Amino acid sequence: MDVSIKILRYDPESDRKGHWENYIVDAEPEERILDLLHKIKWFEDGSLSFRKSCAHGVCGSDAMVINGENMLACQVLVKEVGNSLKIEPIRGLPVVKDLIVDMEPFFDSYKKVMPYLINEKEPGDRERLQSPEDRDRFEDTTKCILCAACTTSCPVFWTAESYVGPAAIVNAHRFVFDSRDEGSKQRLEILKDVNGAFRCRTAFNCTSACPRGIQVTKAIEDIKRETLLNN
Amino acid sequence: MKVIKHSFDGVIVGAGGAGLRAAIEAAPHMKLAVITKLYPTRSHTGAAQGGMSAALANVEEDNWNWHAFDTVKGSDYLADQPAVDILCKEAIDAVIELEHWGLPFSRLDNGKIAQRRFGGHTVKEGTSPAFRACYAADRTGHMILQTLYQKCVSMGVTFFDEFQVLDIKIEDGICQGVVAYELATGDIHIFETRAVTFATGGFGKIFKVSSNAHSLTGDGPGILYQKGIPLEDMEFYQFHPTGIYRLGILLSEAARGEGGILRNKDGERFMERYAPSIKDLAPRDMVSRAIATEISAGNGAGPDSDYVYLDLTHLGAETIKKKLPDITDFVRTYVKIEPIEEPIPVQPTAHYAMGGIPTDVNSRVLSDEKGTVLPGVYAAGEAACVSVHGANRLGTNSLLDIVVFGKRAGQSMVDYVTQTKPNQLSDNASIDLAKKITNLIEKEHTNEFSVAKIRKDLQDSMEENAKIFRTKETLETQTEILEELRERYENVTIYDKGKVHNSELVEAIELDYLLDMSEATVSSALARNESRGAHSRQDYPDRDDTNFMKHSFAFKNENSANLKYRDVELGKYEPMERKY
Repeated sequence: MDVSIKILRYDPESDRKGHWENYIVDAEPEERILDLLHKIKWFEDGSLSFRKSCAHGVCGSDAMVINGENMLACQVLVKEVGNSLKIEPIRGLPVVKDLIVDMEPFFDSYKKVMPYLINEKEPGDRERLQSPEDRDRFEDTTKCILCAACTTSCPVFWTAESYVGPAAIVNAHRFVFDSRDEGSKQRLEILKDVNGAFRCRTAFNCTSACPRGIQVTKAIEDIKRETLLNN
Repeated sequence: MKVIKHSFDGVIVGAGGAGLRAAIEAAPHMKLAVITKLYPTRSHTGAAQGGMSAALANVEEDNWNWHAFDTVKGSDYLADQPAVDILCKEAIDAVIELEHWGLPFSRLDNGKIAQRRFGGHTVKEGTSPAFRACYAADRTGHMILQTLYQKCVSMGVTFFDEFQVLDIKIEDGICQGVVAYELATGDIHIFETRAVTFATGGFGKIFKVSSNAHSLTGDGPGILYQKGIPLEDMEFYQFHPTGIYRLGILLSEAARGEGGILRNKDGERFMERYAPSIKDLAPRDMVSRAIATEISAGNGAGPDSDYVYLDLTHLGAETIKKKLPDITDFVRTYVKIEPIEEPIPVQPTAHYAMGGIPTDVNSRVLSDEKGTVLPGVYAAGEAACVSVHGANRLGTNSLLDIVVFGKRAGQSMVDYVTQTKPNQLSDNASIDLAKKITNLIEKEHTNEFSVAKIRKDLQDSMEENAKIFRTKETLETQTEILEELRERYENVTIYDKGKVHNSELVEAIELDYLLDMSEATVSSALARNESRGAHSRQDYPDRDDTNFMKHSFAFKNENSANLKYRDVELGKYEPMERKY
């Protein structure tokens, strides 16, 4: 079937601002949106730029706005979104070219929350023990692939890029609730800041946007509660 | 074209598991840069699912010697046994180390790391399937990649994200640096450095149906091959038995480790006929061949009789939810069926290169079949061939390979850097790459010579002629096709002439590597007149230990490869018939 695709294009070498371009692509209902973008790039217009790698929703390269919602282009099939598509870059990060945004501010926020295990104790020569129940407490937030779909769907982030954003909080959560970690105090101190977890207004956009099904808003609430309990 | 120069003691190319593990080892001891064409967390290590084997003996009695026996037998006796001993022995500490760095392994009730069964892993040298694969649900690779990246962040490792290394400078047989292309600007960056590790992953994009990411184009092996460094054991390419039908997306062997069963169109559990003792948990080469055999015998399912079923319906919703959440989600997303209730259509998918850049057990690159070390150049992970996987890799051993030999690459870099003085690389180092880029930008675009068309013809023909079963005839046909494709490639053109994120330009250069990888694969396969592990010649169905207990070394030569050989390093395991 024919799918009509409108893409918000921007080339910093020739455009002053973004403009829409229309393409018609012959596609099967089972094809991924990423496959359609490839058809345009490979056989029609080689200058169309977007990120991609694994093509099955685990590397986090190809988050974009498809018909108004944040999605991974490789995780959505034509039959789910219909034959009329509007594709834009994710919002709130500077557009570099076409569907490619500058990810540096996003990764800077991620690094701010100390996203690594902190435990100064000598662990010995075998594994630290952890019960399945303790392991389950942070299972959900280990799934994050840093695609930025959550952060760039957040209305607070759109207006205040100083806000660390949902993805950074998710990655703090992954360690704060890990029974092996001893760095929570420092992390929660960072997240107590004016640009931390309390900036969240529970819009739930992040939860709907997460391609890994992480309960992002719940994770942010967990962190808020933990911060209050720690005070 | 802007040229920017940097000076480092060491550079690591690639930021998947092997590159990051090498970085953790090397960073405290030198001025180090990690260069990746993606962001580190986008690397394909993150797509690995089922587990990482180590004889921790958390579930039952185990011993790293049994792991080594299985690895050697699985390799169809082509692996170098001293290297396998290192892999299996160091596996235990490698897993513990990852746990100490925070890797969230799944746990047993007693709090220890959980372990599951996997193909070809047995206790007591073949008695029964072993619980050896340490796992984190079915996203073990994701957790390894995240944990290693987190560790690098905590150490303040320097990364050059979205920079693609496209050239190495070797003068008088000694490494002097690498040259990279910055994707966001189109600038060229010269990295003056005396120690370089290539950890660029595999090249599964030479085939049409593949579990590999778009980025897996053999850049590291390609760069070295073009400089006269040989590639080892390229005829051995692994096809994973259970890729999602048509898409090739991986469904982990863990599905069978947890009890999943392969069935043909009649519902028959056909693996009972091919591997009576361990059935569905036979090594991947055997299971993939069994599926291909079922399909050609007319036992395939579907309108084209070209797939079989992976049946998980008897496992129960709870096990599936807990232990196989990601792969069952892939099935729901891409096939739109509920794997708790319906069997899944699968077919073999191109998955893993056993071959690659030859190295010794310290990850030092070898420049010939005699074992001559190329000073300052290292390789680890799928890009490398140690060889620990021989003719067929066992499931879970790749995640092990990246951490064990990634670490060794880092250590070798440290040894080399502390023994040598900083080098100087001339600004002319950028000339070759600049010329390549200018040629592509200046040549007028024609559809006939587009990157995508040549690449599609390459992938379709490799799928047809060089996949699971090969013959002299199919390989000779493919040799001719590759010659034609190479001629077309000489005229390749691109439409995008811009500097910012010109991914078409990069794809054009990557296609050169894909052609190199295909040429080396087909030449090596044509010369190996036997069947061993993943290399199945229908015209030579038996293993021939008299003539082929040896590794191939393919040296680049116009459109094919010159082949030389090196004897396999044996150990305590005598080659025997491989039965399961």
